[in-house]
Amino acid sequence: MTEIKANQIKNKVKELFLKANFYINPDLMQRLKKALEEETSPIGKYVLKMIIENNKIASREEVPICQDTGLAVVFVEVGQEVHLVGGDFTEAINQGVKEAYQEGYLRKSVVDDPVFERKNTKTNTPAIIYTDIVPGDKIKLLVTPKGFGSENMSTIAMLKPADGEEGIVDFVVETVKKAGPNPCPPTIIGVGIGGTIDKAMVIAKKAIIRKIGQSNKNSKYATLENEILTKINNLGIGPAGLGGNITCLAVHIDYLPTHIAGMPVAVNVCCHAARHAEGIL
Amino acid sequence: MKKAIKITTPLDEEKVIQLKAGDLVKITGNIYAVRDAAHKRIFELIMKGQKLPIQIKGQIIFYAGPTPAKPGYPCGSVGPTTSYRMDPYTPSLLERGLKGMIGKGFRSKEVIDSMKKNKAVYFAAVGGAAALIARRVKKSEVIAYEDLGAEAVFRFYVEDFPAIVVIDSAGNNLYETEPPKYKK
Repeated sequence: MTEIKANQIKNKVKELFLKANFYINPDLMQRLKKALEEETSPIGKYVLKMIIENNKIASREEVPICQDTGLAVVFVEVGQEVHLVGGDFTEAINQGVKEAYQEGYLRKSVVDDPVFERKNTKTNTPAIIYTDIVPGDKIKLLVTPKGFGSENMSTIAMLKPADGEEGIVDFVVETVKKAGPNPCPPTIIGVGIGGTIDKAMVIAKKAIIRKIGQSNKNSKYATLENEILTKINNLGIGPAGLGGNITCLAVHIDYLPTHIAGMPVAVNVCCHAARHAEGIL
Repeated sequence: MKKAIKITTPLDEEKVIQLKAGDLVKITGNIYAVRDAAHKRIFELIMKGQKLPIQIKGQIIFYAGPTPAKPGYPCGSVGPTTSYRMDPYTPSLLERGLKGMIGKGFRSKEVIDSMKKNKAVYFAAVGGAAALIARRVKKSEVIAYEDLGAEAVFRFYVEDFPAIVVIDSAGNNLYETEPPKYKK
């Protein structure tokens, strides 16, 4: 049994949200530079240069990459041998989010009631928290501030098993086509296939923040990722939707066993920043 | 790429009709950051025939909500938010003389028709380039709806704010004309 204090969780969550909002991940920065070389559209190059320069300014000055510092999403893996002391788990995470957003000059973008009052909570809480219990004596935290320009363009479909690969490719490509310039292309597309309707979207969201360029371990799914990526980039939408070859930086698929009657497909769209950070306690 | 055209605010019809889809611009002067919740309130005032918190005529609205400014900075990070959410409110603002909008993404047919009728222009700023764009904001103040936090109405004094004319006052639309050139 290992004891972990609630305060340690709070501090780590705070540190990770600041990091994710100020520092672009190196793998993504590499991919953007490669995209700049590959892009043939002058306006597309202009946009990519601006994005790369923006990311450099953000990290140098420790200011947010984007003004939409997102809804705070936290994936937690709790080792089953961990004993949490000194406070409440959910409260510790929310307190970490609150301190990061208040002390780090991040934007507070959460409203308390989605329909009627829509009053800003002024703390950017509550966070969206997914918890898995895993073997071991550690806590792994993976945080991702999710902007809503891209979240709003995300879709889900309960396809028929007979729709097969082709049905999946068509649905994902159509989602990106309809989104056009809205989600801040070049995007990263997370695709979750299988499970239930809810679980499919959770794994799609987690797939976004996989290391850029790391294909699915299953070669059939890796091939599907490449096929979708090519088809998306053939749409011509381009950086900022102003035309070009680079509409998407990466397609990441994750999958789960599902019911004999179904094939859920969730598409979680993410902008070119795909902010995330992880830490272990 | 063509050289950027320098423009100053406020705009008038003569300036607007010279701007063509595809032009790069650098904007200097006051612009107003107004997004979802403030649009709703302004629209409600228009419906009731009441006085608006800003003089709309000749102005540019920037669809944006900045991060709080760090000490020593005039403004926090600020880039465009997706424009279509403002579409239901936009034609009534264009009717009242709004001349420019800065945002990102598609606009509705109603908005584009109203832009043609009222001679207005839609600029795109680069989404997600908020730290870079913030450097062009020299002064920032909340002028209405402070209770909305990030959704308050801000007046920004900007210098050489970089944007692209996406939809001009004749209705030419880069989002429609450019992607087909790169489609395979």
